[in-house]
Amino acid sequence: MSLPQAHQSTLAWRQANRAKAVPGRTIVMTVRRCEGPGKLGWFESFKIPVEPNENVISCLQKIAANPVTADGKETTPVVWDSGCLEEVCGACTMVINGTVRQSCSCLIDEYAPEEGDEITLEPMSKFPVIRDLWVDRARLFNSLKRVRGWVPIDSTAALGPGPKEDQATQSTRYAISECMSCGCCLEACPQFLLEGDEDAWDSAFIGAHAIAQARLFNLHGTGKNLAPERLDELMGPGGVADCGNAQNCVKVCPKGVPLTESIGAMGRGVTMHAVTRFFKGK
Amino acid sequence: MSDQRVIVVGGGLAGLAASVRVAEAGIAVDLFSMVPVKRSHSVCAQGGINACNEVARQQGYSEYQHFDETLYGGDFLADQGPVLEMTAWAPKVIDLLDRMGVPFNRTAEGFRDLRLFGGSLFKRTHFAGATTGQQLLYALDEQTRRFESEGKVTKYEFWEFLAPVLDDNGKCVGIVAQDMRTMQIRSFRADAVVMATGGNGLVFGQSTNSVICTGGAASRCYQHGAWYGNAEMIQVHPTAIPGADKCRLMSESARGEGGRVWVPKDKADARKPADIPEGERWYFLEERYPDYGNLVPRDIATREIFDVCVNDHMGIGGGNMVYLDLSHMDPDYLTNKLGGILEIYEKFAGEDPRHTPMKIFPAVHYTMGGMWTTYTEGSYTPDAPAPEHKPGNAIPVAPTAGIGMTHGAPNNMMTNIEGLYAFGEVNFAYHGATRLGANALLSCIFDGLFNGLSVANAVQHTDRPASDVPQSVYDAASDREQDKHEAFIATAGNHSGENAYVIAREMGVEMTAASTVVKTGPRLEKCLAKLDELSERYSRVKLSDTATWTNQSLSFTRATGDMLILAEAIARAGLLRQESRGSHYRTDFPDRDDARFWKTSVSRFNPATGKADVTFEPVRAPLVKPRPRTYGKTAPEPAKKTAQPVGS
Repeated sequence: MSLPQAHQSTLAWRQANRAKAVPGRTIVMTVRRCEGPGKLGWFESFKIPVEPNENVISCLQKIAANPVTADGKETTPVVWDSGCLEEVCGACTMVINGTVRQSCSCLIDEYAPEEGDEITLEPMSKFPVIRDLWVDRARLFNSLKRVRGWVPIDSTAALGPGPKEDQATQSTRYAISECMSCGCCLEACPQFLLEGDEDAWDSAFIGAHAIAQARLFNLHGTGKNLAPERLDELMGPGGVADCGNAQNCVKVCPKGVPLTESIGAMGRGVTMHAVTRFFKGK
Repeated sequence: MSDQRVIVVGGGLAGLAASVRVAEAGIAVDLFSMVPVKRSHSVCAQGGINACNEVARQQGYSEYQHFDETLYGGDFLADQGPVLEMTAWAPKVIDLLDRMGVPFNRTAEGFRDLRLFGGSLFKRTHFAGATTGQQLLYALDEQTRRFESEGKVTKYEFWEFLAPVLDDNGKCVGIVAQDMRTMQIRSFRADAVVMATGGNGLVFGQSTNSVICTGGAASRCYQHGAWYGNAEMIQVHPTAIPGADKCRLMSESARGEGGRVWVPKDKADARKPADIPEGERWYFLEERYPDYGNLVPRDIATREIFDVCVNDHMGIGGGNMVYLDLSHMDPDYLTNKLGGILEIYEKFAGEDPRHTPMKIFPAVHYTMGGMWTTYTEGSYTPDAPAPEHKPGNAIPVAPTAGIGMTHGAPNNMMTNIEGLYAFGEVNFAYHGATRLGANALLSCIFDGLFNGLSVANAVQHTDRPASDVPQSVYDAASDREQDKHEAFIATAGNHSGENAYVIAREMGVEMTAASTVVKTGPRLEKCLAKLDELSERYSRVKLSDTATWTNQSLSFTRATGDMLILAEAIARAGLLRQESRGSHYRTDFPDRDDARFWKTSVSRFNPATGKADVTFEPVRAPLVKPRPRTYGKTAPEPAKKTAQPVGS
């Protein structure tokens, strides 16, 4: 998988492409199809006349309304996962021209400004394909259980406010809490590999997103009561030591979650935790 | 009884709050969602969540004032007890979310920060950047995951609700659902079912809603006999970015933090907005509403923008756009308070709103109407309804639990079908004819937490447990849905058939044109005729995919039929409500008509005609007397005059 070119994220690059987008053009969308788990995949191309401000989703919607390939063959609508279409739910993540990202925020004027430009869509490769571009990310949510990603409140009874918090801590926590569990960081990570066997999930590399979530809750006044359990998990197999420091995760994160910073912080936390445990003899 | 279960359908704020509350009461929960619950539409809520707080209280605000504002905002169409209870409970909801770790923005001293929002002159909106809905949803998602890991909640994600299961007495005793991957259809037994399936924005085609917000689940309940209240009450949000696939919300918090709406006074003015001097800009909301300015309720802001663009042709470049301007403010302040939405604008519109005014237009946003629900009155029963409440005046009732609704009463937020509840946006309960900004998150979570106890009580005290219902009831229900499924698959061979995506698109265009900002009787009748035509074409629909695995085409095609049925109720209730109230604005009946229509419209599905039988029922309103809803609007004449120099 390729990482995004630095210039592709700049507003200037995007505005320049928008400015040269040819009105009334037709683009080619090439999609990796797959009928189901274990089936072989193949590519299909579609010619799509585009209007200004279209995105990958609106093109897929056009294919659904008229599922005919570029060479005139009738086919089935492409299956894909989507939700909010404004890059806050994480559902529509896929690999676009070799780079993982959300398809809703992938604008045609920026990615395919000229007549005949091609956009290639593939499913994420680190999760089992359900059909076409839709993958099963259950393992990602399982990781949130592994790090006990919650604040252990007593109950929902009215017990007054939570702990006061300073602005700096809120700001750090908020940045991590914007993680929408999309899986970009996992797709880009050389240490995180496709694992179809659910029994292996709890010992395979947990991934940057979950390590950051452990930090999110360890930074909270009440959440930190579970810090020892979280650090135990990150000390074990598939924990923070499995990170190979490639730093791809932070380059592809659409929300700018401080992933490598969090891995660093949790790495130090695990070391301290190990030392403490050694001296406590347990 | 240990084998009792509750089914919750929908994993947004209302569904998750209900799951947590019911599981906490010791009853097993089966949670169904078409998406992993963390991806529910609640993530799209941006601005914040309202509650009385100590700072506002010391300036004369109160829970009661919040109650009064909410009724006034909703043009007095809401039943009043639930609104009183919700606003009284609101501070507890905030505290609980705070304890769950929501990263609310903080003051220098570490208290929760507050911002202004529409329909109030007090800062009573709590927020986490401009992604408050996402942050609240995540907190409840985390608590649900905790219960899931303890075995108290079982999630069925990527399962689609198809129908309620009713026993011979008409009580809801479970649901039929379909696995969206394997396409397996089966029924599930439950002692109570909570629908928390949100709004129906997709009926209008392009809206601010997520792709799952078809209203399909509500429509299926309606077709099985659940009543639908105030169907015609649809909120059009004033500020969204128009797009090819959807309209993206630009939160009201942009105005709450100081954003100003304007157009050039000269409609031929082709200069960049930054080059247009202050004196040549028309801040029409500030001019027409000196008190509330840019923070009038949404229906009013929407109609004014619509009026400026569509009637006066004063939109930017003569088109359907106005400026929403933050560029006069400190960019760092904006990033801290509104980062999430500024990023959305930059990503989708390609310009940085910290330096360039945003171009926006209204879009369908929220479903005030919904499944009809009832409740048991609370302890506050005044001799006569109170007049308008002024800030600082003595409050008529202290905000103790149970003043508006009896806490734990088994019928709270239950539909007309015993055992079938509706929580959150899918019910009609709290927002009347217009929802105030930042009240939606509150109503969803309040429903789950407060009325979750009602569900638990109903289940624990029932003398007719679902375990006694014969299996044949469940088999018959799932067989009916299986037959429908097979019938859809069989349409694939039909070569002259209609495409559901095309029908849905035409429905969206028609509903937006006829049944949103401005309505008239003749236009709504035309809309109903168009819906008839679409329904007829739908009867010849052809599936474009016959796969027996992960068939999204089937799911969408089925939902399209359900949307058409709901659309008919929306348009018909709008036709019959011959008045203007809140979001429902009829140019042929421009005034509110309390004598005839201070009433809830109740739509009952008629299986013989496939259409809604609409009646008007009294609003349960013993607490506050309705008053004209003006928001201090100045006479329109001077506003028009200022605009005159333009072009003439």
